[in-house]
Amino acid sequence: MNPIYLFFHKTGSPPWFYKYSAYLIPWLWAGFIILAAIGLYQGLLVAPPDYQQGESVRIMYLHVPAAWMSMMIYGMMAIMGIIALVWRIRIMEVMIISSAPIGAAFTIIALVSGSLWGRPTWGTYWVWDARLTSELVLLFLYFGVIALYNSFDEPRKAARAASLLSIVGAVNLPIIHYSVLWWNTLHQGSSIGTSGNSIDTSMLWPLLYMAVAFKFYFGANLLSRARLRLLKQDHRKRWVKDLLAEGKN
Amino acid sequence: MSRQSASTAFSALLRRDFLLAYRRRAELLQPLVFLLVVTTLFPLGVGPSPQLLANIAPGVIWIAALLATVLSLDSLFRSDYEDGTLEQMILSDQSLSLIALSRIVAHWLVAGLPIVLLSPLLALWMNLPGEGMSILIQSLIIGTPVLSLIGAIGGALTVSLKRGGQLLSLLVFPLYVPLLILATSAVSSAVAGLPYTGQLGLMAAGLIGALTLAPFATAAALKLSLS
Repeated sequence: MNPIYLFFHKTGSPPWFYKYSAYLIPWLWAGFIILAAIGLYQGLLVAPPDYQQGESVRIMYLHVPAAWMSMMIYGMMAIMGIIALVWRIRIMEVMIISSAPIGAAFTIIALVSGSLWGRPTWGTYWVWDARLTSELVLLFLYFGVIALYNSFDEPRKAARAASLLSIVGAVNLPIIHYSVLWWNTLHQGSSIGTSGNSIDTSMLWPLLYMAVAFKFYFGANLLSRARLRLLKQDHRKRWVKDLLAEGKN
Repeated sequence: MSRQSASTAFSALLRRDFLLAYRRRAELLQPLVFLLVVTTLFPLGVGPSPQLLANIAPGVIWIAALLATVLSLDSLFRSDYEDGTLEQMILSDQSLSLIALSRIVAHWLVAGLPIVLLSPLLALWMNLPGEGMSILIQSLIIGTPVLSLIGAIGGALTVSLKRGGQLLSLLVFPLYVPLLILATSAVSSAVAGLPYTGQLGLMAAGLIGALTLAPFATAAALKLSLS
C-alpha cells in the first residue's frame, strides 16, 4: 500500500488512534503548563502596565489568545468537517464534536474577559460593537453545532450533520464578521498583523507564549475528549473489550 | 422509462409543490398571520409614538419576516420526509440539488413572496417614511430568497428530528445576521437620504452566492438525514 494511504488508514483506525494519542497527551499538557507559566509570569509580573489602561491591560494575555482560539477552532472544525464528509474518517467525526465544547468555552472566556476589560477602559460591560457581536454570533454557531449533534440518536449521522453545519457556518463566518464590522465599531483594530505590529515587544512575547500555550491546551483537551468519546461509542467493540481485558491483568 | 430532462423535472416538481400548497392553503396563511401579529406587538410594546416607530420600522419588519420564514421552513421537507417522497426523490435519476432548488423556489413563491406583498401594509403600520418604502420592498425581494435558501439547509438538517422546529431557529438565525444588518441599513439609509445601493448590491451578491451554494448543501443535508 502507498505509505501515505497507509498512514491515513492507520490514523483513522480507532484502536491505533486510541493507543498512540495516549503517548501525545502528556507532552501536550507539559507544553501547556510550561508555556502558560512563562506567559503568565511575563504577562502579569514582567510586562509593564499600559500608559493609558494601567494594570487592566493584563487581561489581554487571556482575552486575545482565547479570542484567537475561538476562531481557529471553528475553522478547524470546518476543515475536519470536510475531511469527515468526504473521506468518512470516523476519527475526524469524533474530533469535530469533541472540539465544539472547547471552542465554545474559549468563546465564552473571550466574551467574559472582554466584558471585564471593557468596564474599566470603555466604561461599560457590553456594547454592540462589531467584534463583540461577531464573537457572540460565533458562540451561537457553536451552540447550534452542539445542539444539532445532541438531537440525533445515531452518533455517526449526528457527526455528519454537525460537520455539514460547521462548514456552512464557516462559509458564513467571514461574511458575518465583515458585515458586523461595517455595521458598528468601537473595538480597537488588530495590533498584530502581517503589515507590522503596533504592540511593544515586552507585551508581545507573553501574548505569543499564551497563544501557543492555549494551542497545546486545546490539543491535550481535544485528544482526551476524543479518546473518551471513542471508548463510549465503541464500548461493544472488540478492541475496547481487549483493552479492558489488558487493563485487568 | 426514459430519463426526463432536468427542466421537465424541475417544472413538474414546481407544479406539484404549487398543487400541494394550494390544497394546504390554511397552513400557508399561518406564517403570514404570524407576521402581522408580531408586527402589531411592537407598537403595543414600545408605544405608539410615530417617530419612534419610524426609527425601528426597518428592523421590526425584517425581524418579523425572519421569524415568519423560519416558521414556514420547518414544513419545507417534513411532509415529503414523512410520506417517503423524499426517498423517491433521492432515488430518482435527477440531481438532488436540482430537486432541492425547485423545492426552495416553490417555498419562496408561497412563503417569501407574500411577505414582500404584505410589506407595504407593515410599513404603513410602522409609520415608515415614504422614501423607505420602495427600498424596503427591494430589500425584501432580494433578501427573502436568501432566507429560503439558507433556511433550506437548516430544514434539511433537522427534517429527521422529531422536534426540529426549535433547533432550526437556533441553527439559521446566526446565519441570517449579515442579511438583517444589510437590509435594515439600506432602508434606514434611504430614509435618511443617504446612498443605499451598496447595501443592496452586497445583498444581491449574497443572493447569488446562496443560490450557487445552498442547493448543494441542502442536497447533502437531505442525503445525510435519510441515511
